[in-house]
Amino acid sequence: MSFQAIIDGLIAGTTIGLGAIGLTLTYSILRFANFTHGDFLAWGAYLTLSVSGFLGGLVASLGVTTPLGPFSFGWGLPVSLIIGITLTILLTMALDKLLFGRLRRRGADAIIIVMASFGASMALRSLLEFIYTANPQYLTRELQIAEPLGLGMRATPDQLLTIGLTAVLVVALNLFVTRTPMGRAMRAVSENPALAGVYGIEVQRVIRVTWIIGAGLACVAGVMSGLLVQIRPYMGFDLLLPLFAAAILGGVGSIPGAVIGGLIIGLAEAFAVQIFGAEWRAGVAFIVLVLVLLVRPTGLFGRPS
Amino acid sequence: MEYLAYAAFFLTLAMTFSIICLGLNVQWGQTGLFNVGVAAFVGVGAYTSVLLTTPATPDRIGGFGLPIAVGWIGAAGVSAVVSFLVGALTLRLRSDYLAITTFGIAIALQLCFQNIEVLTGGVFGVGFIPRAFGSVQANALLFNYANLALAAALVVVLYLVLEHLARSPWGRVLRAVREDEAAAQSLGKNPAALRLQAFALGGAIMGLAGAVQAHFVGFISPPNYLPMLTFQVWAMLIVGGSGNNMGAILGAVLVWAIWALSGSLISEVFPADQQARAASLQIVVIGVMLCLLLLWRPQGLLPERQTISKHLGTRHDT
Amino acid sequence: MTALSVTDFQAGYDPDLPIVKGVSFDVQVGEAVSVVGPNGAGKSTLVKAIAGQVICLGGRVQLGDDDITGAPSHALARRGLGFVPQTENIFTQLTIRENLQIAAELVPASKRADQIDKMFDMFPDLKERPNALAGALSGGQRQMLAAARALLTDPPVLMLDEPSAGLSPKLVGQVFDTLRRIHETGVTLILVEQNVRAALEITTRALVLVDGALAHDGPTEALRDGKTLGQLFLGQSPERAQA
Repeated sequence: MSFQAIIDGLIAGTTIGLGAIGLTLTYSILRFANFTHGDFLAWGAYLTLSVSGFLGGLVASLGVTTPLGPFSFGWGLPVSLIIGITLTILLTMALDKLLFGRLRRRGADAIIIVMASFGASMALRSLLEFIYTANPQYLTRELQIAEPLGLGMRATPDQLLTIGLTAVLVVALNLFVTRTPMGRAMRAVSENPALAGVYGIEVQRVIRVTWIIGAGLACVAGVMSGLLVQIRPYMGFDLLLPLFAAAILGGVGSIPGAVIGGLIIGLAEAFAVQIFGAEWRAGVAFIVLVLVLLVRPTGLFGRPS
Repeated sequence: MEYLAYAAFFLTLAMTFSIICLGLNVQWGQTGLFNVGVAAFVGVGAYTSVLLTTPATPDRIGGFGLPIAVGWIGAAGVSAVVSFLVGALTLRLRSDYLAITTFGIAIALQLCFQNIEVLTGGVFGVGFIPRAFGSVQANALLFNYANLALAAALVVVLYLVLEHLARSPWGRVLRAVREDEAAAQSLGKNPAALRLQAFALGGAIMGLAGAVQAHFVGFISPPNYLPMLTFQVWAMLIVGGSGNNMGAILGAVLVWAIWALSGSLISEVFPADQQARAASLQIVVIGVMLCLLLLWRPQGLLPERQTISKHLGTRHDT
Repeated sequence: MTALSVTDFQAGYDPDLPIVKGVSFDVQVGEAVSVVGPNGAGKSTLVKAIAGQVICLGGRVQLGDDDITGAPSHALARRGLGFVPQTENIFTQLTIRENLQIAAELVPASKRADQIDKMFDMFPDLKERPNALAGALSGGQRQMLAAARALLTDPPVLMLDEPSAGLSPKLVGQVFDTLRRIHETGVTLILVEQNVRAALEITTRALVLVDGALAHDGPTEALRDGKTLGQLFLGQSPERAQA
C-alpha cells in the first residue's frame, strides 16, 4: 500500500465526478437514467481529437502542438476542447430532439426512455468504432515526468491541471445552481416539472440548459481521460457504471454529491487495484453501488423521494 | 447437405435465443421490469451447467460429470437465485435502479468469468462441454437436427407453460401490478413479492437458455456474455412484441436471421482487415432500429393481446 | 368585459375518455365564480386543463382577447392567468424567498423586489423566516405561499383548485378571508371547491359541474338552499331542480 494510490484515485475520481455531474442533473431534471451519458464522454473526446487533428493540419506552423509551459499539449488542445464541447452539446441536443424529447412528449414511461437510451448508447459507441476503429488514440505524444509531491506521491503537471480544472468547474457550477435564476429554475424543475410550468418556468429551456451543462462537462471529462490515459470507443461504456455509482452514492440531483461520489469511487478503485489487482478494478463501482442501495439508497446528499 | 446442416444449426441457436427472449418477456413484457444484464444471467446458467456436467480436470474446480439434464436444472436454479438477490436489492427502489444494478451485475459477473480461472477457465473459457446426442456427433446432419428438435421441443414446452401462467390468476395479478400498482395493492396483492417472483422466474429461464446454448455449441468463454448479447435479446423482444410469447419467439428468429445474414454479407463485401470495423455497423443498425421501434411501433410485430400496455406510452397517439 | 371565455371545452387524460365534455361559460372582469359539483364531476380537470396541465381535447379558451387554447402552462402564467394547484403547489426543496423569486422572474426586473415585499406584507407569516425551506411551512402557510406566488405577478385572473383541501376548519376560515381580500383588490377569481358552503359565501356566481357537463350556471343566491344543490348534484336538470 502506498500513498500514490491516493493521487491515482483522485485523478481517476475527477473524471468520474465531472461525468457524474451531467448524469445526476439529467437524472433529476429529465427524470431518467441516461445510459448514453458515458458515450457523451467518448464522443466528446473523439470530437476534440478530430478538431485538434484538423487544427494541427491547418495551422501546423503556428505551433499548435508546441507544449504550453510544463504541460504536454499546445494551445491547440484548449481551442479544440472548446469546439469539441460545442459539438458534443449539439450531439446531445440532436439526440434529445430526435429521440428523448419525442418520447417525453408522447408521455412514455421513464423506463421506456431508459431503454431508448440503452439502444442509442449501443449505436453511438459502435458508430465511434466504425469511424475511428477500435485502436486507441492519443491527444498528445509528449512524455511527461511525474513530479514528486512528498510522502512518495508523484503526479504529472497534466494530472494536477485536471484536478485544478475540476475544482474550478465544480465550484462555478455549484454557484450557478444555487445563486442564479436559471439554477433556481433547474432545482424547481427537478422537484416538480408540472408545477414549474405553473410558476412560469419554461421547462423546455431548463431541459436545454441541462443538456448543455451535462454535455459540456462530459466532453471535458472525456478529454481529461483521453489526455491522461487514452481515447477508445469503449472508454465511455467502461466509465458508465462508475458514473452511475457516483451519482447514486452522492444522491441523485446533488452536484457536490456527484463529485464526492466520483472521488470516493476513484479512490476505492485505486486501493482495490493495489490490494486485489488491476483485473478487478471494474468491479469496484458495482460493490459501491450495491452497498449504497443496501445502506442508504438516497445517497450521501440525496433527499428521500 | 451443407445448407441443411447449417439451417439446423442456425435454427437451434435461434431457439436458444427464443428461450432467453421468453425469459425476458416474463420480466419486461408481463411485469415491466427493465433488465440490462440479460447476458449475465445467461452466462451464469452456462457456467453453472458446464461446471456440473464436464468431466473433472486437474486445473479447474468442478467437473462433476453429471448428466446434462442436471446441468440444465442447476443452471436455472443458480440464475434464479442470482436474479432473486438482484431483485430483492432493487425492486423496492425506483424503477431505473433495477436497470442500473443489472447493468452493474453484468459487468461484475463478466469480470468473474474472466478472472476466477479455477472455476471458469478464465479468458480461454471451457471446451469439450458434453453435448446432447453426442453419440451421433460424427453425422453432422443427424446431430444438428436432433439438437434442433430438442431445443424446439423445449421452446414449445416453455411457451405452453408461460401461456398457462399468463392466463392464471398469478399472471393476471402480475399485469395488474404492472398497469396500476396502487390499485393492485388496494386489492390486497403484494406488488413487490410478485415482481420479485417474476424477475427470478425470468432469470431462471435465461439461465436455462445459457445452459442449452453451451451444451449445443460445446464451448463457452467470457466474450459470449458481453452487453452485446443483452442488447440483441432486447432488440428481439421489442421487434417481436413485448408481452406476447409468440412475439418473443418470432422476434428471436427474425433478429437472429437479420444478424446472421448481415454478418455473412459483411464477410463477403469487406476485406478481412476491415471486417471488425464493418461489424460495428451491424450494431449501429440494430441500435437505431430499437430506437425507431420504441418511437413508432413500441408494441412490436405481434402486440400484446389484451390491452396495449400503458407503460409504452401509446395512449396519446392512438 | 370578459376576463375568461370558455367555449365547448373538452379535456381529459385520454383522447377516448374526455372527462370535461363540452363546457361553455364566460367570466366577467372582477367576478368571483365558484365551480362546485359532486366528486368526480371533472371540476379539477376543468381548471387544470384551462391552466395547461391537462390535455385540451376540443373547444376554445380565451383570456381577454387572446386565444389561449392548449397553450403550455408557463405561457399562461406569463399572460396573466394565475393558477394554484390543489396539492404540491409550492417547491418544498426551495426556500420561501426562492419560491417567490421564481414567480418574480415574470415581472420587470425593476419591480421584482417591490412585488416580493408586497407579498410579505400581505402574508406576514411568510416574512418570519424567508430563507427557510418552504417544506417546513404548515399546511395553512403553504396555501398562503402558493397564493402569494400566484398573486405576485398581479394576474388579472386567478384560479384556485380546492385551496381548503386538507386544512383544519380554522385555517379554512383564514384561507377564505384571504381569498375575499384578494377578490376585493379587483382580481377575477375562479374557485374550485368541495367546501360548497364556504365557496358560495365568497363568490357571487356558481357553476355546477355534473359528470363533465355544466348542470347549472347562475348567482350563488339561488343555490344557498341546500335542496336545489342536492338535486343538481344528483344530475337533475336545472329546470327540474328549480321546481
